[in-house]
Amino acid sequence: MDKLKKFLTYLFLSVAAVVSIFPFLWMISSATNKSVDVTKGKLMPGAFLGENLKKVLDTIDIGPALWNSAKISVTTTIIALLIASLAGYGFEIFRSKAKDRIFSVLLLSMMIPFAAIMVPLYRMFGGISKIIPAIGIDTMTAVILPSVTTAFLIFFFRQNTKMFPKDMLEAGRIDGLNELGIFFRIYVPTMKTTYAAAAIITFMSSWNNYLWPLVVLQSPEKRTIPLLISNLGSSYAPDYGVIMLVILIATLPTAIVFFLMQKHFVAGMTGSVK
Amino acid sequence: MKEARAGMGIKARTNAVSWAFIALAVVMICIFYFYPMIQALLMSFQSGTGTNLSYVGTENYTRLFKDATFIAALKNTFIYLIVQVPIMIVLAMFISVLLNDRNLKFKGFFRTAIFLPAVTSLVAYSVIFKYLFGNEGLINTMLLKLHLIADPILWISDPFWAKITIIVAITWRWTGYNMIFYLSALQNIDNSIYEAARIDGASAFRQFTQITMPLLRPIILFTSITSTIGTLQLFDEVMNITKGGPGNATTTLSQYIYNLSFKYTPDFGYAATVSYAVVILIVIFSFLQFKLAGDKNG
Repeated sequence: MDKLKKFLTYLFLSVAAVVSIFPFLWMISSATNKSVDVTKGKLMPGAFLGENLKKVLDTIDIGPALWNSAKISVTTTIIALLIASLAGYGFEIFRSKAKDRIFSVLLLSMMIPFAAIMVPLYRMFGGISKIIPAIGIDTMTAVILPSVTTAFLIFFFRQNTKMFPKDMLEAGRIDGLNELGIFFRIYVPTMKTTYAAAAIITFMSSWNNYLWPLVVLQSPEKRTIPLLISNLGSSYAPDYGVIMLVILIATLPTAIVFFLMQKHFVAGMTGSVK
Repeated sequence: MKEARAGMGIKARTNAVSWAFIALAVVMICIFYFYPMIQALLMSFQSGTGTNLSYVGTENYTRLFKDATFIAALKNTFIYLIVQVPIMIVLAMFISVLLNDRNLKFKGFFRTAIFLPAVTSLVAYSVIFKYLFGNEGLINTMLLKLHLIADPILWISDPFWAKITIIVAITWRWTGYNMIFYLSALQNIDNSIYEAARIDGASAFRQFTQITMPLLRPIILFTSITSTIGTLQLFDEVMNITKGGPGNATTTLSQYIYNLSFKYTPDFGYAATVSYAVVILIVIFSFLQFKLAGDKNG
């Protein structure tokens, strides 16, 4: 009975693991095969990685798309961390009834579906375009601004600030630091792991963001990676080997971040629920 | 006296500084969440093409009930909700209970492997699934080779199978993500509770229903609310796997809002009305789930 149970456990977990990994393996192996072989159902890696790579570089603007995505994701992450950690710290350290009430109102914004505010945001940036085109429709700023402040991240920093040793604040005040000095010189260095976790979640969601860039970015040279992949995916005569290689390249940054910082990533996800 | 006044001065200054810490975040959320929400509410009572909008009262709201596409999108969303969310939650819970066994080998491998889908971009995995489930895709090729089916299944172009494909895809992407929450909750449960239950002669099944389940209730609530909100906002997958088709067989409310605003002749007013329908659904479902969880606690 126990042996059977053990066997079934391993069997079930193995099936789940294989199903989870299989699309990745297929993507990697297809990136090394000719399109014809992929359609024939070839599973083993082939010898066409070099040729596919040449085609990707020659026919697809993957460089600019990677650069656009990198610029947007890095900028979003830096600004998002700054705004959210200042606020999370402020709400927790300088607690008051009024601030608590504001905090609960901010949390309500987590219930707002993006599709509901997409059109008003589009019109807002349309209006901005007429005055300052540099931050209006079809600009990096328009992609970044609406997604840079999330109640979730503020909540995340507030939750983690609860674990921040408060006597360090007093020590800082006695040393004559002002409040901002305490924040930057004491809080930020102490909370490195919280920042790391927050950076990972923010970077990943920004790197993978699709709907808003799809709405607000119009010229092809401004396209981000998800827009490029989506475009390739809907082509009528897809070159599977080439597309799989593009997806592989696009997935690499997030995969590397994940494998290097798996612990922080999981901490970032679950930290807010505890 | 002098000292006290100085103290107050510092306090008042700290108070102002304390508001400065949260000011930027509050302003940003107001501009980019609450203000657009109010705009959308106003727009939902307007109609017209593009930016030429005029007030039409509740006309848009009555139009919802006669709109076949809206009803189809609503129906699809409910099917995804009722079928996909429970399957995924049960699966995530089941896997995490298996993984929580202290004597399990290769635990790290299983956990990482099952979590891996959660780090992929929605667009990237959708395109991969679209190809895997194509008429001549790998899934059909394998099923045909194994003689499990005689003819290829139209995973993308048949109204029934297209829904199944979407459900399979979302389940693949999010089960590992939800599993992590259960795992971290299970790790916090004190093992001595189970030992005591074992001494009392409680079966493994009873241990699960009487101890594990009640302790996991907050996580069940959390994962079902986030999954419900996620499903009500489903966009990337349908857009990139089926384009909402065949017909409107897989279309979702978010995709319909997108189409109304940016694909068809733009009708921003009506799109805003549809989006308020989504908001109302999210509020109702979150309330129901809280209520359900609350009742069980009582």
